[in-house]
Amino acid sequence: MDLSYSSEDLTFRDQVRSFLAEKLPSEISEKMRLGQVLGKAAFDQWHSILNDQGWLAPNWPAEFGGAEWNAVQKHIFEEECAMANAPRVVPFGLTMLAPVLQKFGSDAQKAHYLPRILSGEDWWCQGYSEPGAGSDLASLKTKAVRDGDHYIVNGQKTWTTLGQFANWIFCLVRTDPDVKQQEGISFLLIDMATPGIEVRPIILLDGTPEVNEIWFTDVRVPIENLVGEENKGWTYAKYLLTHERTNTAGVGSSHAGLNAVKRMARAEVSNGRPLIENPHFAARLALVEIDLLAMSTTNLRIVSKAAVGQAPGVEASMLKVKGTIIRQEINDLARRAAGPYAMPFVSEAVEGDNAPPIGPDYAGPVAAQYFNNRKLSIFAGSNEIQRGIIAKVKLGAMG
Amino acid sequence: MNFELTQERQMLQDTLRRFLADRYDTRTRNEILESDAGLSANIWSEMAELGIVGAMFTQDQGGFGGAGFDLAVVFEELGRAGVVEPFLDTAILGGGLIAALGSDAQKELLDQVIGGTLHLAFAHGEPTSRYDLAQVETSIVQNGQNVTLNGRKAVVINAEAADLLVVSARESGAAGGAGGEDGISLFLVPTDMAGVELQGYPMLSGGRAAEVVLNNVTLPVSARLGAAGKAFPAIAERAAAASVALAAEALGAMETAVRLTGEYLMTRKQFGRPIGTFQALQHRYSDLLIELEQVRSAVINAAGHLESDAKTRDWHVAAARNLIGRAGRMVAEDAIQMHGGIAMTQEYELAHIAKRIIMTDHRFGDTDYHLERFIALSAA
Repeated sequence: MDLSYSSEDLTFRDQVRSFLAEKLPSEISEKMRLGQVLGKAAFDQWHSILNDQGWLAPNWPAEFGGAEWNAVQKHIFEEECAMANAPRVVPFGLTMLAPVLQKFGSDAQKAHYLPRILSGEDWWCQGYSEPGAGSDLASLKTKAVRDGDHYIVNGQKTWTTLGQFANWIFCLVRTDPDVKQQEGISFLLIDMATPGIEVRPIILLDGTPEVNEIWFTDVRVPIENLVGEENKGWTYAKYLLTHERTNTAGVGSSHAGLNAVKRMARAEVSNGRPLIENPHFAARLALVEIDLLAMSTTNLRIVSKAAVGQAPGVEASMLKVKGTIIRQEINDLARRAAGPYAMPFVSEAVEGDNAPPIGPDYAGPVAAQYFNNRKLSIFAGSNEIQRGIIAKVKLGAMG
Repeated sequence: MNFELTQERQMLQDTLRRFLADRYDTRTRNEILESDAGLSANIWSEMAELGIVGAMFTQDQGGFGGAGFDLAVVFEELGRAGVVEPFLDTAILGGGLIAALGSDAQKELLDQVIGGTLHLAFAHGEPTSRYDLAQVETSIVQNGQNVTLNGRKAVVINAEAADLLVVSARESGAAGGAGGEDGISLFLVPTDMAGVELQGYPMLSGGRAAEVVLNNVTLPVSARLGAAGKAFPAIAERAAAASVALAAEALGAMETAVRLTGEYLMTRKQFGRPIGTFQALQHRYSDLLIELEQVRSAVINAAGHLESDAKTRDWHVAAARNLIGRAGRMVAEDAIQMHGGIAMTQEYELAHIAKRIIMTDHRFGDTDYHLERFIALSAA
């Protein structure tokens, strides 16, 4: 048992720190620090900075251009990025689709799509959820019917995060309606420019157009865009979901969020003293920090155990539940810390215009973020689904 | 013991609930939310005609209610429908302060308030006040028959629509804490007066507010409400009334949240059956119903003590607001969670309702503020 980083780890951490100090554009980190929404250009810029450094794809095998960091290095990188207010890399291509292609894709698909993910030429989005298929994903209805060397796709996907920026979408579609649900699903790659695709923004409760509905009407998709075998898509989808569920603990984000709350609580005055000295607020803050301290170690224990390329099992579900509870608690603290100045809703505060802030600059987006991050316990397998998985696996092993 | 509403209040509740069910659906409200004014002048005058503003005032003041339970009945319905119009600001705060402290001439304004033709806003909190009612630094210089105000007021709700601001300022003493209670005066300040500057903005849970800068605003001394430096007890009493209203509003909003959740649980199907048949969700839903009863009782306790002595009143108000802050967060968050993604969308009713519930925690003290008040008043 050794809780300290090795000297190699510390050297790596210093490398990461100097890279971030040198290369992370201050206008991006400032937006992140203030909780403002980033546009496509900012995501693209950061993506390309990381790619130039060769640090864009730490999960990928070296043969595809991955950094092949070990679990501790990945953890250090995520932590340092979050603390430096770097944006998270958009995951749909890099950490969701890519592992599927690397394991199940054809050589042609690997050769074509993987470099374009790294270069940023393709922005992928995820076509999984449907209006009637959320937690029960296998009940999806979007259908693909074979017509010569094409599939004809009809249906609707929803909750497609940042789909407005995407030029490609990977989709789960039903190719056989007559078998058990899980056995009639295929995994298709679809060019968003194909005729018959319509992207409709969904305005969320914080006013942002972060997610979309995607409608497919007689969309013709070449059969070479099928990943793996027809009707085996559920296997690939589950493989992808295990990757989606890594790093769900969000330890770095929580640390950064906690630091932001502390800064706010030092600036706010309550009963003539800094809010951070208010015993009730201080207690709330301490409880979250204590939980985060332990979860951070849980996270390290789990990532250390996971061999490279092998996704953790039920532990990922545990981290998802605990990690999102902690992040949401931090959002709640930020909202409280802002006091009456949490009430103004100034979209410039969220979207980062140059308008002067209402009240202190940190207060503008906190309530909107609190509401927006209710999504954390809903998406990527709701916390109820995760708890179900944990119980099924653990109790199932005893039965 | 009798927990039934009086016949008059029952009628008030029925009338208001019917009116809002007919006239205030999600789409109507979303249009109001997106409008520049942030409120509907038509809805406001129709509701004034129905006597909703009048119900906030006693018979002596020209109304037909004004008690804690009148406020509770009205605001529960306003909360149930997620109404964004400024009843709290124009009637309970602005109108209530004129009624409590005003001269006969000033009180004549109440007819217009009750009739729905005069809007008010309470310009009290300042950028560093948080929830401290005595943290007033806006200065007064008296010069013969005139006074000059200088200062800055924060998050003044309804300021842009208001004809008059009720502005607090300090005649003497230092701002903040128990020592800062003495020396505060209130003034009626027309919003179009020279030196009054508004920076307006919408609020997350609807309605609009403004930062108000007072730059050498010169008024006749007759604009003062009540005796110089002695406004604090009335401010504290209206803050308690506002807390009763906010508590009742949160109750109404929570009832809607729980109703929508129940309906959703029984209609949304996943894995081939309504999700309300899953025990994990049944138990959470039951917990919401249990909390709702606690909240209703807390509102009754606070409303029933609004006319008590200040210490008893504030002790009950603090208890209610603390409980409702806790229960409100649980109800809003669990209602969203049990719905899933749909509750995150602006066009779904629960999105606005959840915001109303949570954001009441940012007016006149949050959950922790009221916990501290409760502890302090219990020890006093």
